[in-house]
Amino acid sequence: MFTAVDHLDLTVPAGSFFALLGPSGCGKTTTLRMVAGLEKPTEGEVYLGERQITSLRPFKRPVNTVFQNYALFPHLSIEENVAFGPKRQRRKQVDAEVDRMLDLVELTGYGKRRPAQLSGGQQQRVALARALINHPQVLLLDEPLGALDLKLRRQMQIELKRIQLEVGITFVHVTHDQEEAMTMADTVAVMNSGVVEQLGDPAELYENPATTFVANFLGQSNLIAGSMVDTADGMHSVDVHGTKLRVPTGRAHVDRGDVWVGVRPEKVFVESTGVDAGSNSNVLPGGVVSDVSFTGVSTQYLVRMPWGQELTVFEQNTGARETFRVDEVVDLRWRAEHTFCLDAAQDARAGVEDDLSELP
Amino acid sequence: MSAALVRVGRWITEHLIMFLCIVGLIYTILPIAVVVVMSFDDTGDIVYQFNGFTFENWRHPCSPYGMCDAVVTSLQVGILATLGATILGTLMAFALVRHRFRGRSTSNVGIFLPMASPEIVLGSSLLAFFVAGGFASYLGFTTILIAHVMFCISFVVVTVRARLAGLDSSLEQAAMDLYANEWQTFWRVTFPLVFPGILAAALLAFSLSFDDFIITNLNAGQTQTFPMYVWGVARRDIPPQINVIGTAMFLISVLIVLVATLGGRRRGVRAG
Amino acid sequence: MSRTAAPVDEAPQSTAFGRRRWTGYLLLLPGALWLTIFFIVPMGTLVSTSLYDPDGTLETGYQVTWAFSNYVDALQTYWPEFWRSLIYAGLATLFALLIGYPMAYAIAFKAGRWKNLLLILVIAPFFTSFLIRTLSWKLILADQGAVVDFLKAVHILGPDGRLLATSVAVVLGLTYNFLPFMVLPLYASLEKIDHRMIEAASDLYASPFQGFRRVTWPLSMPGVVAGTLLTFIPAAGDYINVELLGTPQQTMIGNRIQGLFGAGDYPFAAALSVTLMVMILAMVIVYIRRTGTEELL
Repeated sequence: MFTAVDHLDLTVPAGSFFALLGPSGCGKTTTLRMVAGLEKPTEGEVYLGERQITSLRPFKRPVNTVFQNYALFPHLSIEENVAFGPKRQRRKQVDAEVDRMLDLVELTGYGKRRPAQLSGGQQQRVALARALINHPQVLLLDEPLGALDLKLRRQMQIELKRIQLEVGITFVHVTHDQEEAMTMADTVAVMNSGVVEQLGDPAELYENPATTFVANFLGQSNLIAGSMVDTADGMHSVDVHGTKLRVPTGRAHVDRGDVWVGVRPEKVFVESTGVDAGSNSNVLPGGVVSDVSFTGVSTQYLVRMPWGQELTVFEQNTGARETFRVDEVVDLRWRAEHTFCLDAAQDARAGVEDDLSELP
Repeated sequence: MSAALVRVGRWITEHLIMFLCIVGLIYTILPIAVVVVMSFDDTGDIVYQFNGFTFENWRHPCSPYGMCDAVVTSLQVGILATLGATILGTLMAFALVRHRFRGRSTSNVGIFLPMASPEIVLGSSLLAFFVAGGFASYLGFTTILIAHVMFCISFVVVTVRARLAGLDSSLEQAAMDLYANEWQTFWRVTFPLVFPGILAAALLAFSLSFDDFIITNLNAGQTQTFPMYVWGVARRDIPPQINVIGTAMFLISVLIVLVATLGGRRRGVRAG
Repeated sequence: MSRTAAPVDEAPQSTAFGRRRWTGYLLLLPGALWLTIFFIVPMGTLVSTSLYDPDGTLETGYQVTWAFSNYVDALQTYWPEFWRSLIYAGLATLFALLIGYPMAYAIAFKAGRWKNLLLILVIAPFFTSFLIRTLSWKLILADQGAVVDFLKAVHILGPDGRLLATSVAVVLGLTYNFLPFMVLPLYASLEKIDHRMIEAASDLYASPFQGFRRVTWPLSMPGVVAGTLLTFIPAAGDYINVELLGTPQQTMIGNRIQGLFGAGDYPFAAALSVTLMVMILAMVIVYIRRTGTEELL
């Protein structure tokens, strides 16, 4: 027996663009389908505003879904597809509304065609129109952009955002693409193995992750083992392999014992040895550059520290700073306010997306 | 002459498979061609061979005694059996694909067995059944019909099931998401999409029924279907009108296939 | 605003209907009932008929004596016909495979635009009565016909040779009748094979023949099994081809069964029928086990 969703307590703000983000199998689609009525919770309730909808069949809920494979009816024309919902609700004057919807998704004139004659991107817009025409209270999108190529996906991301702002409905968007979630959503919930790891706006989630999973799943993080020493003036002191690092108390999610000290690679600067820490910075001395990659926009360094761990640094190629070469001995410096602190009991590899992390 | 032969020989070895395929197709089509040609045969002799060309057979297709009656009987049985088998078989297919219940694998075997039994065994068992039940003197149209429905059901189930299983379940979920209740979802989404399969099953059932001989012969009593009529005259004078009926069957079937293919193609290319 | 709180099982194949267990049974019932009454029960009746006292008739009625002697007598008297039926059916199946496999292969892999047309040609025989078509063979293979003349000319047949009224004609007719049943499952199986696997084989140094032997043939096995079964089983019980194209020397078991029923000798005929069925079932089970394909449908 597989628990798809486990102890989920989620509130989606009305009128917002909300993203459910997580790797495959984390339960985000199941959660979405519970809201749509296509899955039944074993325990618990679903509310729409103040109204309990848990036992309502899907055709009784004022909620519509854009499916991952669009699920357009192949035997009906585009017009008939879009008009399907209103016709079932016995609305009059459907034709004018259908035309207006097709205009909204920029498919004017395609009404008489069949889904098979449309491209993937066009089908996706039909699916959107078909759902929106019913003026649902919530629109659910199940990884709708997954089948599109990169350029089209970026276009549609902007489109969806624009439409959501124009229409004002709550959008719940399920995706595994963290970039997509962060660009489009007002609020993001990061899910993993059936639970929500963290919920907040994209900036908050990115800059101040609450768990190692979030730290690794959104962008990349350096996580270094350390232990909490003391607290003073709103800053924790953490001992990391002999060096004292400082973490603002508001950015530490645990306040005693063994911890992971975290900092994002783009916040770190590579410096020649002997740099002055100053009151605002953390410095980790004694690193040796083991790899330098030039990616055009930035230079990526891998720096091996005395305790064996390789830390990642992204430095933007502004041209103002020197570059370093392999085998040079360097110090790593970053502003203390960019540090965050997580419970050492959590797996430092959680959320890292590469095949090697799957190996036993 | 020999140069041409050499070239043909080389083409054959290079395209061996296609060549064998064409040979097979000729093997398949040849008798049909003979049937069509023989329908224009001006037959005089008893020996079965082509004598002369004539339209007479087509102008008087029903002149052989009892033949057209037999055709009508076959048509009646065919239509009724198709109706019965298609309805029963479609219901079974839905049950097997859409619902969970115990004994599913037994049902599968039970459906597969009639298709896997030789006709002589199927026919024998039905005859034994009717006789043992005391219906020996009632063998006729009804018993033929019962037999035909029986052996057609399996084919209908297999055909409809294949179509139904290939149906994307997200379409029905989408329909419900768009305010269609179960009934509406079935009639507006499921049924239209399964219908081509049901139609194909019905056509298959009809052709199986119309053409059946072995089972029918054992259970027909005094009633005569068209294959039984052919069997009856096969040992004696074979009226060329038999081939008229055969050719007509062929042409009608080809027509149906053409209409089906063109209809399907037209629906796909309706430009905006 | 929406709130959810729930641990949930992964719902197996959650369709929104199908929750009422009994709907499934209800849908199944009419068809299942029909098949039970008119297929399963008659099979039972057949077995019990085969155990009737062989001296009964339709008029005097039958008595179920456990006359297994019917089986013994039947087998003793008619084992040549049984044997012949299996041989003819086997040959017909073999030839159908030899002719049908290239056909299916060509249509699946080499036909391109002509695929649908060729498929229609393959099932064209279904479009017209098979009795009439078999009669056509009588004309094609006639003693005075072109085929026999050609074979005499190239000395395959002696000057007195004939095709009609020989076992050759019977096997030819059997092969012909059931060829589409061989081609269609083969085609269905071959069509599913991904071309790229064959390409991969040749990329890995396999010759075309090895590619066929190690990739295509094994992958087409489900089609081969289905096709051979759908050909062999009906062919074993056939009697029409013998009647129309053969002589009493080629009598198959089907002829005997039909004849005995016609003469009113029900117990004997039933015994032969049951024996044939059991033989076929046994062979099918062994065959399926050996080729390891249980998923036929």
